[in-house]
Amino acid sequence: MTGGKRIAKLILIILFVGLIATPVVLRRLYAHREKSLSTADAQSALNRYGVHFDEVSKAIGINFTHQAPTLDHKLDHIMPQVASMGAAVSIVDFDRDGWPDIYATNSGEGSKNALFKNQQNGSFKDVAGEVGLADVNQVSTGVSMGAVWGDYDNDGYEDLFLYKWGRPELFHNDGGKSFTRVTDKAGFPSWVNANTAIWFDYDADGKLDLFLGGYYSEDVDLWHLKNTRMMPESFEYAQNGGRKFLFHNLGNGSFEEVSQAIGINTKRWALAAVVADLRGSGHPDLFIANDYGISELYFNDGKQFREVGKQAGVGFSPKSGMNAAVGDVLNDGRYSIYVSNISEEGVLIQGNNLWLPKEGTAGDKLQYENLARDMDVEIGGWSFGAQFGDLNNDGNQDLYLVNGYVSADRNKNYWYDFSKITGGNSTIISDAANWPAMEGRSLSGYQQKRVWLNDGSGKFVNVATAVGAGDNYDGRSVALVDLWNRGVLDVVVANQKGPLLVYKNTSAAENKWIDFELEGSGSNRSAIGAEVKLFWNGKKQVQTVTGGSGFCAQNQRRLHFGLGKNPQVEKAEIRWPSGRTQIIERPVIGQVNKVKESA
Amino acid sequence: MSETTSNTVAAVELRKPRFRLDNRYIAPLFITFILLVGHLSYGILESYWKTGLSIVTALVIELILGRIFFGKWLNLASAYITGISVGILVRSPAAWPYALCSAISIMSKYVLRVKGRHIWNPSNFGLSVSFFLAADTMAGLSIQWGNYKAPLIVIWVLGSIIIYRARRFHISATYVVSFFVFAFLRSWITGDPWASEIAPITGPMYQLFVFFMITDPKTTVKSKLGQCVVAFLVAFAEFIFRLMQVVYAPFYALFFVGPTANLIEIWWEARRKQQPI
Repeated sequence: MTGGKRIAKLILIILFVGLIATPVVLRRLYAHREKSLSTADAQSALNRYGVHFDEVSKAIGINFTHQAPTLDHKLDHIMPQVASMGAAVSIVDFDRDGWPDIYATNSGEGSKNALFKNQQNGSFKDVAGEVGLADVNQVSTGVSMGAVWGDYDNDGYEDLFLYKWGRPELFHNDGGKSFTRVTDKAGFPSWVNANTAIWFDYDADGKLDLFLGGYYSEDVDLWHLKNTRMMPESFEYAQNGGRKFLFHNLGNGSFEEVSQAIGINTKRWALAAVVADLRGSGHPDLFIANDYGISELYFNDGKQFREVGKQAGVGFSPKSGMNAAVGDVLNDGRYSIYVSNISEEGVLIQGNNLWLPKEGTAGDKLQYENLARDMDVEIGGWSFGAQFGDLNNDGNQDLYLVNGYVSADRNKNYWYDFSKITGGNSTIISDAANWPAMEGRSLSGYQQKRVWLNDGSGKFVNVATAVGAGDNYDGRSVALVDLWNRGVLDVVVANQKGPLLVYKNTSAAENKWIDFELEGSGSNRSAIGAEVKLFWNGKKQVQTVTGGSGFCAQNQRRLHFGLGKNPQVEKAEIRWPSGRTQIIERPVIGQVNKVKESA
Repeated sequence: MSETTSNTVAAVELRKPRFRLDNRYIAPLFITFILLVGHLSYGILESYWKTGLSIVTALVIELILGRIFFGKWLNLASAYITGISVGILVRSPAAWPYALCSAISIMSKYVLRVKGRHIWNPSNFGLSVSFFLAADTMAGLSIQWGNYKAPLIVIWVLGSIIIYRARRFHISATYVVSFFVFAFLRSWITGDPWASEIAPITGPMYQLFVFFMITDPKTTVKSKLGQCVVAFLVAFAEFIFRLMQVVYAPFYALFFVGPTANLIEIWWEARRKQQPI
């Protein structure tokens, strides 16, 4: 070897070693950064991040632990991963007293759901039994997976749609005093294994319609399996899940199922959905996050939907979609969509998706790009529910994410067996009998939650442990709500086989806020689908009233805007589902602005 | 006689195809075919440009290092296979692992050499090292490309024909048979369903592993029997790793068994040359 080649070889070896060392160095740098962000006491966190949370559930009278169902014994060997959903939370002011209440679902056979009424004195009381919303989980009719509230008959009181692995139920709110089961009149199907439902008025007729998304196929009764071939046919390309339903509200207490007629025809494994007017067309569009496959995006042309996921860029790379939430993360008046997936070090790094509208695209040509990595909201473990909201009132939409799948034996891991079976052909993976027994092992258990604060310039920073969100239960559903009318967003988390947690928010006092509580008149009375675009200090932020978002969750109906320091609010532009627009000049900050749709 | 000979030559020339594909390009074409079918049918790739990045990285580094160390522009078929294998087998939301893995793979051919031979299969080295050290950012392809049996059968049949033509079918066959035997044995030991033990080999990761990685002419031993023994030992090592619940068992098995076999062969040849005739 010549001298020149020797030198070249030496340089090559150094480069080679350097490259091999690169991931190790990067990991150490990242770990160091994470550590510095995770250590802070309450006051330091408040000073540094503008927010701190205290978990107060017990102190405020909420003592609720979710129970999982026990399904057919043929599934005993993998029961923890099949019976792994059902902890859900939705927010409602069911008695219209101006104080938000909390509805939490349970899933054990014979277990009771809870409706925690806000006592207006800081505490809550479970009144589900009194009002007729507790005893809803039975083998014969299935168990709860989630609930969404919407005033389907426009009488001013929010009614409850309860979706299950079983018979979906509709409860009419009788003046905030009690509830009457009206499922039979509504005309819903006898059995749907559903994990998502959304109230929205797709045809702008002033009456709330209902989307219901199936997970397992509706011909599967998980308590009485005909056979064990009920698992997904593929880990990323499955189309043997539950069908989708769109119930058109006929206005007389009954609904007509119209999904196929208007273009929604899919049997992917839906776990979450969200609705928003993504194109500014005046018609609410539907986004579905599917497990075991690609996401779907349905543009609504008023009376007809068309699936445009691939065209829009969100429906190409299949992952394990478990959440769908919208938020204006750049304060540019456009909605981004957050979809949670699975990331497990050393096995599967799907990464979560933050779909931002591409610059220069709009209307029917709207396209999205995934900026989760660039904005640092990509890796969240086995992610489930997530919601956007301004947690520190600094004027930017932050993101709260819960995660963790099966927390069992801390020292034994099911991932190897999971990865083994999920690579198999459909004949293997789709049969539960072929799945190795879990034997008490964990599968992405005991995971650290994420509280991603948006710095307003395109980056999020995870400060979960520093700001007090330190639990590691198997989080499923998260809802944001100002529980005590203080002008901050508190966080309620439903955990699978775990407690319902309430994180009370303490935000920096110098950051101001403004809320809007909307009531439709020509539009549906819940104002679901209405959006408020707020202009202040040269910024604009759009938010919409949703009839469900995240994973099996529903935030408060009220729209909350953080404004930062010394805000000068110019105007609030309200667009109602009816198409009407209302402008409020210089709305008052630091209070809830109640707005009724003008005629 | 001479006429007869001349006529025979003419007849042979008449039968000679106008275009004959160099054997070196069959494997790259096949792997490209798998990639295109998989992606156009199921969208298997993270993205076009990430796969492109891994291919371009491999090609560029091969060109540069080949020029520096061998004084010529090397044929790029081998580097292309490395790049495309990395592009398919790496799953990461980030782009850098694709480039990093490709770079490590190709550079390993020039750095890790014994008696003029590189002893690791390049992509096996790059992937094993990357999976081990960058587990927080990247993972391997561990899922199906759709679940229809027809494409699976087509790929296995076509791959077998191609590998047979390359006279390396015995390596793949030995490994596959051994895998099934060990799967049965694992099932017996662990009590897990046999179907779950054979599940991985029905996936695309194994198609690439069986047809392209363990058969690499540059990093396998020379004798046919030796190649079969090594393929069996790879399956055996994988069996052990799988009992230890190691997710990337086949890669790590080849990572350890392949070079060991090559080193033994190199040592054996050197020893034989030293012996007096």
